Amino acid sequence: MRPVKAVIKERIIKQILTAFAFSSLLFLFLIFAFILIEGLPLFYKVGVQNIIFGMKWAPTRGFFGIFPMIVSSFLVTFGALVIGGPLGLGCAVYLAEYAGRRQRTVLKPALELLAGIPSVVYGFLGVLYIVPFIRIFFGGSGFSLLATSIVLGIMILPTVISISYDALMSVPRSYREGALAMGSTKWQATWRVVIPAAKSGILASCILGMGRAVGETMAVIMVAGNALKIPGGLLDPLRTLTSNIALELAYANGDHRMGLFSTGVVLLSIIMVLNYFANVVIKRNMSK
Amino acid sequence: MRINPRLTDSFVRYFLNAQAMFTVGILIIIIFIIFIKGIGSCSLSFMLTYPEDMGRHGGIFPAVIGTLFLVVLSILFATPLGLGTAIYLTEYTKESRLTTIIRFGVESLAGIPSIIYGLFGFIFFVIKLRMGWSLLAGSLTLTIMILPTIIRTSEEAIKAVPRNLRMVSYSLGATKWETTVKVVLPSAAPGILTGIMLSIGRAVGETAAVIFTMGSSLRLPTSLMESGRTMAVHFYILAREGISMEKAYATALVLVASILAINIFAYYMMNKVTSKYS
Repeated sequence: MRPVKAVIKERIIKQILTAFAFSSLLFLFLIFAFILIEGLPLFYKVGVQNIIFGMKWAPTRGFFGIFPMIVSSFLVTFGALVIGGPLGLGCAVYLAEYAGRRQRTVLKPALELLAGIPSVVYGFLGVLYIVPFIRIFFGGSGFSLLATSIVLGIMILPTVISISYDALMSVPRSYREGALAMGSTKWQATWRVVIPAAKSGILASCILGMGRAVGETMAVIMVAGNALKIPGGLLDPLRTLTSNIALELAYANGDHRMGLFSTGVVLLSIIMVLNYFANVVIKRNMSK
Repeated sequence: MRINPRLTDSFVRYFLNAQAMFTVGILIIIIFIIFIKGIGSCSLSFMLTYPEDMGRHGGIFPAVIGTLFLVVLSILFATPLGLGTAIYLTEYTKESRLTTIIRFGVESLAGIPSIIYGLFGFIFFVIKLRMGWSLLAGSLTLTIMILPTIIRTSEEAIKAVPRNLRMVSYSLGATKWETTVKVVLPSAAPGILTGIMLSIGRAVGETAAVIFTMGSSLRLPTSLMESGRTMAVHFYILAREGISMEKAYATALVLVASILAINIFAYYMMNKVTSKYS
């Protein structure tokens, strides 16, 4: 028998650890609760359709339409995926299938370091190099959907690469060996056997990359131009949901501030839907 | 016409190689630009002198200290919470519906973008709890933000500790807690440290969640309830308001160099761990 004191101590420690483990759930609850408490009343007051499908954002005059921002957020996310998706997948396939051991130990950490560069630095370099490049070669101000997509495309690379790399690596060796033994080339084995087997992980990497792009703020503020209308083309400026919050939160009051929280509610909903899909895709793969 | 598969194969090899090189090239170019443009006005005295005229002249001393305070506080809050959660999930409970729910919470926190943390920290800590724009509000917000990273890396590190180490400890009569503290945690320490380092890197570079909770006062914060400015926020303001490109580059250099150093150290630790157990 252990002394009673030790048993009690163990029990207390377990209670404390349990409390710690629930803290994450508590924080998640608090975040949702406070964003919803601040953001939802305006939906009742102004009307859901006037916010979500409203075209005009003039919060001090009672217009809270964020439809152009919702569209813009989707456009930049799609643009980021078009630019970052294929590039990221290419890198992941190269790392997993083609790179030698030595090359991999250097390349993998280097690619992960891209995730460490702060978003303000991406935005800053975007303003100084990508925006002028677009202005000179394509016209317009340069602050545009195109510039934002390029910057975000680079920023989602680490997410896309690391998750699809893991998916490719988890394909059993025997699959590759089987294909190679049948006389296929490396690429035929990769394209016909390995990539289809890793399909859902690759899909999840793209969805999570989209989550990263839709939530990115500081870099987007710097290169997007922040205009309050739906961009008509690649060279038009735009304002996303995230930048709307960050641009105005510091000085907003009353209904105006509530409008920013309503923007937050919409953003949070989009993120939750994306995360849900990523989870479903990953789970489906695991059960297989 | 049928294209020779061997030809396709070698073409694809070069193409994929080019993609990987291009991506690494982006990283190298970013570091190169920041280094070349920033090194001119970056020195030890730049980091140790006060800014003048909104940062147009002088150094970034308050921002360096502000960053340091913010990061140390966040890690101090987040490490016990995160490590405790990880210990609970791995040592003190079996996989059940409860752990699934807790893991769901952690995953969801990890997916929330930093501007939402900024919004939440602003309304909860700054306004409702009346902390104002302060070091405390900023570090509490960041604590929640980095918590998932610490939980996940600690959990993996603890799981990687071989089972028989625990068995030996139990057979010697040690309690669960004694085993955890004296046997499991010491062998999981490098992995846990990796998670902490990655979190520090994330906290140092964060802007959106910090600027609305800690504010952007250029004065040196002397208490928990005072506002302050991190290097990332200072850099953002210098760049966005066009105060000084020269100082912005120099600040970016300090920022990027410290983050890269922290991350490289983290990968070094992680490599040591994986080579130990494989």
